[in-house]
Amino acid sequence: MSKHIRTNKLFEPSLVKEALKQSFVKLNPRILIHNPVMFTVEIGAVVMLAVCIWIWKGEKSQGSFLYNFLIFLILLITVLFANFAEAIAEARGKAQADSLRKTREDTPAKKIFAVGEIFTNEIKTVPSSQLRKGDYFMCEAGDIIPMDGEIVQGIATIDESAITGESAPVIREAGGDKSSVTGGTKVLSDKIKVRVTTEPGESFLDKMIALVEGASRQKTPNEIALTILLAGFTIIFIIVCVTLKPFGDYASTPITIAAFISLFVCLIPTTIGGLLSAIGIAGMDRALRANVITKSGKAVETAGDLDTLLLDKTGTITIGNRKATNFWPGGTVDNYVFIEACLLASLADETPEGKSIVELASGKGIKPPDIRKDGAKFIEFTAETRSSGIDLNGMKIRKGAFDSIRSIVVKAGNEIPVDVSDRVHVIAENGGTPLVVSKDNVALGVIELQDIIKPGIQERFQRLRKMGVKTVMVTGDNPLTAKYIADKAGVDDFIAEAKPEDKMNYIRNEQTGGKLVAMMGDGTNDAPALAQADVGVAMNSGTQAAKEAGNMVDLDNDPTKLIEIVEIGKQLLMTRGTLTTFSIANDVAKYFAIVPALFIVSIPGLQSLNIMNLHSPESAILSAVIFNAIIIPLLIPLALRGVTYRPIGASALLRRNLLIYGFGGIVVPFIGIKLIDLLVSTWF
Amino acid sequence: MRQHILPALRLTAVTIVFFCGIYTIFILAIAQAAPGKGRGETVTVNGKVVGFALEGQNFNQDKYFWSRPSAVSYNAAGSAGSNKGPTNPDYLKQVQDRIDTFLVHNPGIKKAEIPSELVTASGSGLDPDLSPSGAKVQVKRIAAIRRIDEKVLIKLIDQHTDAPFLGIFGPNKVNVLKLNIALDELK
Amino acid sequence: MNTEILGVLAMYGILVLLAIPIGRYIGKVYAGERTWPDPVLGPLDHVFFRLSGIKADRDMNWKQHLVALLTINLVWFLFSMLMLMNMSWLPFNPDGNPSMSADLAFNTTVSFVSNTNLQHYSGESGVSYLGQLVLMLFQFVSAGTGMAACAVVFNAMKERTTEKLGNFYNYFIKSCTRILLPLAIVVAIILVFNGTPMTFQGKDSYISMQGDTVQVSRGPAAAMIAIKQLGTNGGGFFGANSAVPFENPNYFTNMVEDISIVLIPMAMVFALGYILKRRRLAWVIFGVMTIGFLCFLIPSLFYEMKGNPSIGHLGISQSLGSMEGKEVRFGSAASAFWGITTTVTSNGSVNAMHDSFTPLTGMFTMLGMMVNSFYGGVGVGFLNFYVYMIIAVFISGLMVGRTPEFLGKKIEAKEMKIATMVALLHTFLILSFTALSSHLFAAHPQEYAGWLNNPGNHGFSEMLYEYTSSSANNGSGFEGLGDGVPFWNITCGIVMLLSRFIPIVGPVAIAGILAKKKYIPESAGTLKTDTTTFGIMVFAVIAIVVALSFFPALSLGPLAEFFGVK
Repeated sequence: MSKHIRTNKLFEPSLVKEALKQSFVKLNPRILIHNPVMFTVEIGAVVMLAVCIWIWKGEKSQGSFLYNFLIFLILLITVLFANFAEAIAEARGKAQADSLRKTREDTPAKKIFAVGEIFTNEIKTVPSSQLRKGDYFMCEAGDIIPMDGEIVQGIATIDESAITGESAPVIREAGGDKSSVTGGTKVLSDKIKVRVTTEPGESFLDKMIALVEGASRQKTPNEIALTILLAGFTIIFIIVCVTLKPFGDYASTPITIAAFISLFVCLIPTTIGGLLSAIGIAGMDRALRANVITKSGKAVETAGDLDTLLLDKTGTITIGNRKATNFWPGGTVDNYVFIEACLLASLADETPEGKSIVELASGKGIKPPDIRKDGAKFIEFTAETRSSGIDLNGMKIRKGAFDSIRSIVVKAGNEIPVDVSDRVHVIAENGGTPLVVSKDNVALGVIELQDIIKPGIQERFQRLRKMGVKTVMVTGDNPLTAKYIADKAGVDDFIAEAKPEDKMNYIRNEQTGGKLVAMMGDGTNDAPALAQADVGVAMNSGTQAAKEAGNMVDLDNDPTKLIEIVEIGKQLLMTRGTLTTFSIANDVAKYFAIVPALFIVSIPGLQSLNIMNLHSPESAILSAVIFNAIIIPLLIPLALRGVTYRPIGASALLRRNLLIYGFGGIVVPFIGIKLIDLLVSTWF
Repeated sequence: MRQHILPALRLTAVTIVFFCGIYTIFILAIAQAAPGKGRGETVTVNGKVVGFALEGQNFNQDKYFWSRPSAVSYNAAGSAGSNKGPTNPDYLKQVQDRIDTFLVHNPGIKKAEIPSELVTASGSGLDPDLSPSGAKVQVKRIAAIRRIDEKVLIKLIDQHTDAPFLGIFGPNKVNVLKLNIALDELK
Repeated sequence: MNTEILGVLAMYGILVLLAIPIGRYIGKVYAGERTWPDPVLGPLDHVFFRLSGIKADRDMNWKQHLVALLTINLVWFLFSMLMLMNMSWLPFNPDGNPSMSADLAFNTTVSFVSNTNLQHYSGESGVSYLGQLVLMLFQFVSAGTGMAACAVVFNAMKERTTEKLGNFYNYFIKSCTRILLPLAIVVAIILVFNGTPMTFQGKDSYISMQGDTVQVSRGPAAAMIAIKQLGTNGGGFFGANSAVPFENPNYFTNMVEDISIVLIPMAMVFALGYILKRRRLAWVIFGVMTIGFLCFLIPSLFYEMKGNPSIGHLGISQSLGSMEGKEVRFGSAASAFWGITTTVTSNGSVNAMHDSFTPLTGMFTMLGMMVNSFYGGVGVGFLNFYVYMIIAVFISGLMVGRTPEFLGKKIEAKEMKIATMVALLHTFLILSFTALSSHLFAAHPQEYAGWLNNPGNHGFSEMLYEYTSSSANNGSGFEGLGDGVPFWNITCGIVMLLSRFIPIVGPVAIAGILAKKKYIPESAGTLKTDTTTFGIMVFAVIAIVVALSFFPALSLGPLAEFFGVK
């Protein structure tokens, strides 16, 4: 099976090789200038190289050649490490996307020519790359669908495992909300006619690949703001380092170029600067691993900010459809007679509810009576009667909502037994759906249908609530039923008897109140709401309109995916925030390493500031620079995996992260620099 | 900006009249009820003004309790501290000289008995006070010159020692001018 | 217990007890609510509004506020230059003091308009009484300006979306008449009754007991000293400021003056709590400021009371602590307390000579000004703190996985840009100008020998302190610095000018932009800013930014001096 890689291994050897190559390619200043922090380090490395040449030619004031050359080398390696971080993130993203793209490499397509060479509607096999938007093609059992498109004719079962990893086949048919097919998936049965909906190279997957590869990657708003802050810190350190020269002159302390550049490079936020783009790419990559295609990095970031999620009841909160759970015969009606009537009324009912009634009845050992074809007439459900049933041997059995059956019964001059109407209320109050069955205009009893709430869903909503995300259940049920299920599942709010415009209004309302709203949808009538929502996730199986309107596409068609998306978004922001904190906190220790080293010769008293007791000025500076370099690759796994999100409330989370990355950021380099100094001090 | 200029000018004029004028006159008027009528309270001996109650003056004759060193020689037309840094070698030498001078004029006093305020300049250069120990360390010298019993002098210092504010806040101090006037009156 | 320590504790205790109700009162004033002095001060405001043709109920947006603020400051600037350069022939000059040179007038004008009160002249000989009165005017109005800007930000921080942020003149006039004036009258009266002069008579003279003829400077001092303390101005009437007995007669006035220094800056925090109805937030801010303050105060108390180790080596008794530059009636504890209160608040008045503080106390006074927001100047102290809060909100917002929000408003690139620039400015001004002067001194030690009163590291500290004080709009100095020359007058003037107005424009702009944004209600995922955790975060941001900016400079100045003592 051409299932794409779902490995969690961070450093796939082939990817590492590619990333290493890219690390050197990215040394090109024209590429590196997009990362100002690293670009500055590169300039530092170049200056150090010049200093080395100067010393080689006989300059004595700058210390030994070896020491200066080492500084040069470490600065170069620092840049390479940062490049590697970005390259490995890109490589992983690309590999992920490539494996998806492989599924849609040139496959033969049965293109339909409206006016062919011989016939009209002639079918001719062409390579899929020749298909354009608006073309039609045909797919039969066994064919690989060549392009994303919409079924215009026919119905088929399709194996989508190539993109979703889910092996159970799905049904796609023309019209309705399940009309979309994805390139690379396989038709298992039947025949469909499909209209191509995207130009080659413009499918969502193509867009995502471009995004991961960096060609069209734009900085997200938070990334821009963070870059400004980091630039601010960089400028502070430029000021600090430049002014140190006249300060040193005043104190009659010559400071070597190597010391200046080392101090500067150590102080500027190289750690976060080197990892920033890797974090962003990794965020999209994580989304992709969750089988969600995002149309922009911003959408992932916005997901972390979501306040409100609109969730469809069916499939998200409850398993599939309602099921019959009980038969409640009214008054003196015999149990057996009643169940048999229920069974008869549902025999022709192809809806999931109808089938479940038959199932439940069969489970109770009741077999459908022998129905002679001529004597039986199935009554279809119509919007007018709002009931269905069977006319059999002059018997009229009907089943329907309480209101509709009551009108039949009352019209015939009969009354609904009190225990039947009571039962109806009890069921409704408990979140069930009552169906009343009548025979010859007399109410016999009630069938109880119940929703099955997905196991574990309460915990997920609980988790969301702790994240500060409000969940809203959208359902076509009546308010009473909706409320019951909402309470039981633990959602915060619900929209009952929902029409598509209700969703839209709800979203608008929330947005007016300053909230960010996400929803998931598949139908064309969901499209406006998907577009309105801040994060609109379209199911891959949904219509093209829905997919165009949303800013993410879920390949798995899994309605609970929204929850995962929120966490991915939060993780992305958190990883940036924590690594920024860590990076800046590191500077404290670096100061204590380098500042005494700068002045110790002329101001011996400052030895007291050398609290790490580093061996010599040279070893102190080298240790700080080396620590500064190796911390980057050490943090790559964290940047790629992301900081784990814990729904423990914002304050607790801040406390935790401040302790780990802030306090840790202060302590770790003290230990690290001291250890490196112990090694380095054997030479310097 | 233009429409802000006129209100700014008018408002400035109003504030000048009010804060430079009315506020000042108001405080000035109240000051007339204060001791010294806001002109600085003076100290008179035998009808002659010998100083201002608050401002210190120079006492460096051996027969008087010395006041602290002053960067402005107690010329109250101005005021200043020495602004010497704590580790300035010239300054430390100056302090050493003061210690030596003090020891010469006060035989029998050990270095460790000299409280620091006697050899360091005050902030204003007009410090009117000494600590009680700053006065007591001079008792031996004055007793010898004036031929007064040391105990009498100690008692005099104690009488002129101002307790901390409300008895509990801040240091004890002795006003040098008042102490010296009382010293002259002892005879 | 040591009575000197008790005195310090009493001052701080009384300070907090007064700041809470006064903060509430200030909150009511800015919110336009009824207060008890209305019957008296209401008509007074009305006269101000009438005479200056101002409609106090016309709302302004943040830009209009700033234009109004800058315009009136320009008027003051011109007026002050005119007065200071001509006072020799103007009335109220009994001592015949001269007019100022252009560069000194520029420095002094900027200094007083910017609420700095850096004094490159000596009060007794450098200005006439009229000049003193003009400077006193600025002590009122510059404080009022800062408070008005702060009131705009308070108003903008409310939970709503608006561009209408009240009327600048209304906030300004009420700051002067409702807050500064009544307190100034109280303090001035206390001073007058304790012996501070309040007279238009010139110098007096007497013959001392040893027969010396001594001249004594006097003047309308009490009125000015009151507002110099309350408005975090700090510019003294006499040269040695509140160390002079006339300016600060006894321990009681010292308590009153020192409490006055921090009273309004501290009360502003509680005013914020009242206006926003977020008392917890106010307490968190107060907590952060107080912890920062204590971090500077406690070691300073320790080192000043312990005495100068170099003097200790000479073998004398230092039971009173380090006494160089201090007054016996205050003692070393109250002097250290004043030193820290005056520098954390951008006041800059002194009751002891900072140049003679022991090295680490000197460093903590500098750090107080480098942070410039542990209480801070009247109004502007909170504005500086606000910038730090914005940065802290941003970083911690990211750390909890959410686009940062501050009181329901999203912090985005534009606000971060302004906040970063404001935070940068302080570092830039202090370090670059200290670098300039260090460079000049190192290159021409003969020519500039008159600059430094002390050699070596301490000399460096003198320069660093001067620019730190200018940039913090503080006004105190390591006064040994020979600063009355054009170089220092002009460079300090530039620093004060930039560091006054940019940190007002920046926060007002941020607050104005945020106020216009959509209000987002809090959820469980929102980072609460009224928690201890967030307080720790703000504290960490301040500590890190300041430490990273100034550690190398401080290690060449006070730290080198401290560790140099063997």
